[in-house]
Amino acid sequence: MIPVCRLADLPRGEAFRLETVPPVAVFHTDEGELFAIDDTCTHQDASLSDGWLEGCEVECPLHASKFDLRTGAVDAPPARLPVRTHQVLVEDGMVYVLLCDTPPPLPPCAAARVVGAAE
Amino acid sequence: MRAVTVVGASLAGLSAARALRRQGYDGRLAIVGDEHHRPYDRPPLSKEFLAGEISEAALALEAEGEELRADWLLGATAVGLDRRDRSVRLADGRTVRSDGVVIATGAAARTLPGAAGLAGVHVLRTLDDARALRQDLLLGGRLVVIGGGFIGAEVAATAHGLGLDVTVVEAAPTPLAGPLGGTMAAAVAALHADHGVRLLCGVGVAALSGGRRVDAVVLDDGRQLPADTVVVGVGVRPRVEWLAGSGVALRDGVECDAKGGTSIPGVVAVGDCAAWYDPTAGAHRRVEHWTAARERPATAVAALLSGGLATPEPPRPPYFWSDQYGVRIQFAGHAGGADSVTVEEGDPADRSFVAVYRCGGRPVAVLGMDRTRPFTRWRRQLADSAATPAAGAP
Ligand SMILES: Cc1cc2nc3c(=O)[nH]c(=O)nc-3n(C[C@H](O)[C@H](O)[C@H](O)COP(=O)(O)OP(=O)(O)OC[C@H]3O[C@@H](n4cnc5c(N)ncnc54)[C@H](O)[C@@H]3O)c2cc1C
Ligand code: FES
Repeated sequence: MIPVCRLADLPRGEAFRLETVPPVAVFHTDEGELFAIDDTCTHQDASLSDGWLEGCEVECPLHASKFDLRTGAVDAPPARLPVRTHQVLVEDGMVYVLLCDTPPPLPPCAAARVVGAAE
Repeated sequence: MRAVTVVGASLAGLSAARALRRQGYDGRLAIVGDEHHRPYDRPPLSKEFLAGEISEAALALEAEGEELRADWLLGATAVGLDRRDRSVRLADGRTVRSDGVVIATGAAARTLPGAAGLAGVHVLRTLDDARALRQDLLLGGRLVVIGGGFIGAEVAATAHGLGLDVTVVEAAPTPLAGPLGGTMAAAVAALHADHGVRLLCGVGVAALSGGRRVDAVVLDDGRQLPADTVVVGVGVRPRVEWLAGSGVALRDGVECDAKGGTSIPGVVAVGDCAAWYDPTAGAHRRVEHWTAARERPATAVAALLSGGLATPEPPRPPYFWSDQYGVRIQFAGHAGGADSVTVEEGDPADRSFVAVYRCGGRPVAVLGMDRTRPFTRWRRQLADSAATPAAGAP
């Protein structure tokens, strides 16, 4: 379980980027729900926590593919692959995520950089 | 409505077809497109695709297994529209009759007189254009880009990345001053010099020289720029020639109301070919950007299906991006009416900043370089303030 931030520091309509590898985006929707998904868009290297949050969807800040925060599903290209979803917990006013353990579908360029960095 | 024809099988046409099905339209759907390709994405044609970083398959705009229950008439050019029965005439003599027509024929690259037939001279609008240009860029050597707009700048950046010696020629004193305003346009144009790409401004092109293949660009002032390859990036013209005499009102593109409706009932227009009425500006505006071609068809389709009765949400302010030399440029709104520009974050000298354009103190546009998060905040604020007309304005 990874601590994210205090719930009080994540107002509704806002997102927090957790600098894990790969990074995770935690959203607090206008309706008051919390969701966590992979932060990196599956199209190119955009951070979904920078995106446009509306209801239970976040629109990629670059090319407008929309990801469903509940399922990780993408609506239409340019992004083609879903993002992973992670579990969010709140304990004593603190937000935590529990990372899912399937491998992430990274966009080709970000994947190349991760590989490059490992060398 | 039992039959709808979409003319133009690219982003705006595909988005219209999707919107029709999503909004419950269950009738016949024909999609006419003069290219032989399934809908593909154009922005990468000057960026990742031209650089050879992604394949043609990655350009597909349709999702895996997406099924729109449409008759795709590809490789078919529309040559006329008959207003009486809304039938679309095709170049091969066929006609497609329907109750509703969506015009989505986009735009074509402008060319230079005298460039036809000279090998090594390119425009960039289609996949076929991009394939041909890439072939020539792989030969290396000297590239001259005519026109310093977004496409020209992106091609220059990509070709520089491929190791070519690149010169950009721009007739205006600063490229992009129209969309970005003078000050900020200069900050964006400085990217060329940062990377050792020559930018010549305020000078026109007199001629292209060469025998079978181009060998130089001759400037108005007599200078000769030796060139192995030339890209002409001097803007686009809406592809509305096929509507001449149809009764569909044309101006710079198809003249539309604020929901995409044309002068003919049952006919709407979307994407790069359409000049929608913009109530905030009090004028018709043709928007040549990807996001408008993707978003606005939903509004036009709602109007089409309801016979113009639906009152859809007003479109978001126009938004576009451009990627040059690894720098991400984003812009939203209209810079035209602004009386001030202020840098809100970062510094143009660092090529990383957000600048806000205001008119009488009210934000009307925002420009970002490598600052996606604050840019998106401002973009959203622009959209919210466009949706709620000036509270407390005099
Ligand atoms: C190289 C390049 C890079 C770009 N980069 C960016 C970017 O970074 N950011 C951004 O916001 N925008 C960018 N754009 C712009 C964006 O791609 C366009 O706004 C978008 O493609 C418009 O979509 P559309 O469907 O309206 O028109 P188009 O994509 O032009 O499609 C129109 C289609 O209709 C077909 N057609 C035309 N006439 C007929 C006819 N008579 N009969 C049948 N079919 C017809 C055409 O062949 C074409 O397939 C770029 C464009 C290009 C070319
Ligand atoms: S980077 Fe997200 S849609 Fe392109």
